Amino acid sequence: MFTDVPLLSLIIWVPVIGGIICMFAGDDRKATRARCIALLTAFINLLLCVPLYLGFDKSTSDMQFIENVDWIAKFGVHYQLGVDGISVLMVILSTITTFLVVIASWRPIKKNVAQYMAAFLIMQGMMVGVFESLDAILFYVFWEGMLIPMYLCIGMWGGTRRTYASIKFFLYTFLGSALMLIALLYLRTKTTDFNILSFYTVQLTMTEQVYIFIAFLLAFAVKIPMWPVHTWLPDAHTEAPAGGSVVLAALMLKMGIYGILRFSMPITPDASQHLAGLMIVLSLIAIVYIAVVAVGQTDMKRLIAYSSVAHMGFTTLACFVIYKIVAKTGNLHDAYLTLEGGMVQMLSHAFSTGAMFLGVGVLYERLHSREINAFGGVAHKMPLFAALFMLFALANVGLPGTSGFVGEFLIILGSFKASYVITIFAATTLVLSATYTLWMYKRVFFGKVVTQGVEDMHDLEMPEYTVLFILAFLVIFIGVYPNALLSVFHTSIGHLLELSTTSKL
Amino acid sequence: MNFTAPDFLPAIGEMFTLGMICVVMLAYLFFDKQNRGITYFLTQITLLGAAVIAISLYGHPTEITFDGSFILDPESLLLKIFILLSSVFVLMYSRPYIRDNEIAHGEFYLLILFSALGMQVLVSAYSFLTLYLGLEVFSLPLYAMIALRHNRPVCQEAAMKYFIMGAIASGFLLYGMSLIYGACQSLNLQEIVSMMSLSVDSQPMMLTVGLVFIAAGALFKLGVAPFHMWVPDVYEGAPNAMTLFISTAPKLAGFALLLRLLVEAMPALFPQWQYLLIAVAVLSMAVGNIIAIAQDNIKRMLAYSSIANMGYMLLGLIAGTPRGYGSATFYIIAYVIMSLGAFGIITILSRKGFELEKINDFKGLNSRNPWLALMMLLIMFSMAGVPPSVGFFAKVGVLESLVRADIVWLPALALVFAIIGAYYYLRVVKVMYFDEPIEKTPVILESFDAQLAISINGLAVFFLGLFPTTMIELCQKAFLA
Repeated sequence: MFTDVPLLSLIIWVPVIGGIICMFAGDDRKATRARCIALLTAFINLLLCVPLYLGFDKSTSDMQFIENVDWIAKFGVHYQLGVDGISVLMVILSTITTFLVVIASWRPIKKNVAQYMAAFLIMQGMMVGVFESLDAILFYVFWEGMLIPMYLCIGMWGGTRRTYASIKFFLYTFLGSALMLIALLYLRTKTTDFNILSFYTVQLTMTEQVYIFIAFLLAFAVKIPMWPVHTWLPDAHTEAPAGGSVVLAALMLKMGIYGILRFSMPITPDASQHLAGLMIVLSLIAIVYIAVVAVGQTDMKRLIAYSSVAHMGFTTLACFVIYKIVAKTGNLHDAYLTLEGGMVQMLSHAFSTGAMFLGVGVLYERLHSREINAFGGVAHKMPLFAALFMLFALANVGLPGTSGFVGEFLIILGSFKASYVITIFAATTLVLSATYTLWMYKRVFFGKVVTQGVEDMHDLEMPEYTVLFILAFLVIFIGVYPNALLSVFHTSIGHLLELSTTSKL
Repeated sequence: MNFTAPDFLPAIGEMFTLGMICVVMLAYLFFDKQNRGITYFLTQITLLGAAVIAISLYGHPTEITFDGSFILDPESLLLKIFILLSSVFVLMYSRPYIRDNEIAHGEFYLLILFSALGMQVLVSAYSFLTLYLGLEVFSLPLYAMIALRHNRPVCQEAAMKYFIMGAIASGFLLYGMSLIYGACQSLNLQEIVSMMSLSVDSQPMMLTVGLVFIAAGALFKLGVAPFHMWVPDVYEGAPNAMTLFISTAPKLAGFALLLRLLVEAMPALFPQWQYLLIAVAVLSMAVGNIIAIAQDNIKRMLAYSSIANMGYMLLGLIAGTPRGYGSATFYIIAYVIMSLGAFGIITILSRKGFELEKINDFKGLNSRNPWLALMMLLIMFSMAGVPPSVGFFAKVGVLESLVRADIVWLPALALVFAIIGAYYYLRVVKVMYFDEPIEKTPVILESFDAQLAISINGLAVFFLGLFPTTMIELCQKAFLA
């Protein structure tokens, strides 16, 4: 039914073109025009996801909606797109997120509105491109190209230390990706083109695999971010405008995990197996140490940023603990469950953290402060907002019934099969995340109204509660009915697991 | 003795340029007073005409004429086309600058024409004599050009420095050539190739010393470390329009010189010059990228960036494969397009009595003229090698050819330097977009030419990044024919 339409290309290029139109919408006197163009584009893009979802065949792990055109024949680079169960969800996730961000930025952004909207739309196109590319160079182009709008977004609309944060963000991620390019070029010499799927079949020696794994790891670990290369994230998150933080947390971090799933594990299975121990240790450090760091934060955005790092540590743990599970039990069933838990955790984190960043944005808009101490008793003045924020806080903690629970539960369950020690460390997250999240919540929302600023606060307005209600719905929906997600990527995860555990030696 | 007239067809572009130079000179003498535009338009017609000739000759089979001292091949035509087109853009950018600063415009245009003539001869030269001839014809007008603003001592200093350094480079080159001539008894590149493969074992010392001098001379002209000292000083001292010119077309000519002398004349000495170029390339990338960080003057910064970029270009030659040479060609063309845009913006932002020199002069450009800022943004990210831009594919090309030649450590090192380099390009973007402007008045470009040129230029950087296929094919074909 939809095979004739280049659906995947449309989802990439509609926002990019919309963004370019937006850029020329005029200066701030015509801000509303820019906002409307942006909203319309984001909405069209959301509509395009409907046929994508309906036309997607969940029963196969093959790439679907494939488009393939020669791009640079001389280098063997193709413009090749396709989605499987993992990427189709990421594509839909990014479309939803951008749509919400456009609405959420309707009022708070008042300076250079046209450029702001343009940056987000173009970024959206690039991110979808990352998830849809089947060609390694095309992937790399989107992966790096996205840095430009994000750099501008942090630097132009960010907080007081925005210049520092934006340059740090750019250089960190640029540094990480550089070696990946070399690894890709090296893999290319072993095959005939840059097709990622053909990389899966390349035979590599252990030494080659380890080098390639490390090159990939640098790129992805910076993006995820893993301890100890996470330090750009708190700065970037804190200084970015609310919309930028949401995109960072909900999408950009996911790219790192997506990269591990798409590149590291299937291309270098033996190196992944070999280095799984190291990766698990790094993940556990992120889960425990970073969570402790989060407890001590006084800036709300910083706190949520650290909580992001801790949660992403959980996802990387899920990716690599499977090797230990397979080594111990010998069957794939538990590994399967764990990896699926990782996927759910990743998607759930996008919604709950994204929502919390938006929430902080709402508070910042009213009081122009992100310091926890500046608030107190907000629940008296903004009851609706307090209720919604409570829901997201609990999802972040992993309360049963919210999306956060499903992923953490599956991962902890799976890691039991690998080792009790891993499980004990991993499970501390339940305590620690409750500590920092709820303590922050208590200090901001409960107690007496302390300052005149809080006294003057008013409850949510139309664009704000629209966005937060949609997110609240998603958080509960995934929590109650995770099968909606699981059924989509079930087959693809199975295929991935098979590739990742088959030795290439 | 029979005399047969040589085939003049391969040199028809050069002859056309020379003829038109006489016409322009006369027109400037007699008609310029009544109609100030005439010299400019005739100059543009000359350059465009020569470019059209080069394009129409494209596809012509390779032909060597004038007793083996002049060659017509796809490689020379490709470089000629870009030399001429970039000169056209230089003129478009610098016209308002020349007018506002009351520089003798006729002389400026004529010097550019002479220089373009020399570069055309150089890229087509196929013997030591014609190579040297072309080199001098293109270099001398550059020295004079820088000195055209005679009321500024700093320009005089730059011209003098450039002249002396250029003379030393020429000296090196000539001495090297004489050694090679001694060993091979020929000035003709074709004969040198065959003689050298015979004598490479019998006279290794003489050939190697000759090679080192020749390479030093050519690398001097390109401005790579450790022969780079003149580059920042000359870029800084020269008036902006002149910096624009010397940072673009002469790079292509210098590249042609290196290509003819090392790649085509001395394939027998490949192992020797490969090591030489590796050292030079690593040093250039390091020096260029690291020192550029400390610069406050944008012209100096771009000068160091050019040193670094020449280092990246050399990586393609180091690979030693036709693919590598093609990638190096693509790299240098991409660099010239970017440099043209960057210095073009600097030139058109300089007004009467205001020479744009500091990076901070770009402060808040986004709120004063968003279109110019956007173009500069594209160019800066392209220079940093961020996709989707032509600079990214240029880098990928040279790195890919190295990986294919089984040299993996060098591309990794090159990328590390590229990341260091990204910082100073980002700084320009930061200044334009994140900082508040010093003066709030919008920048309005009066000149239509300059506006058109920068738009084409900036968008070319972007679109060549999205659709690089044609350019890459063209560059690769030049070495596979």
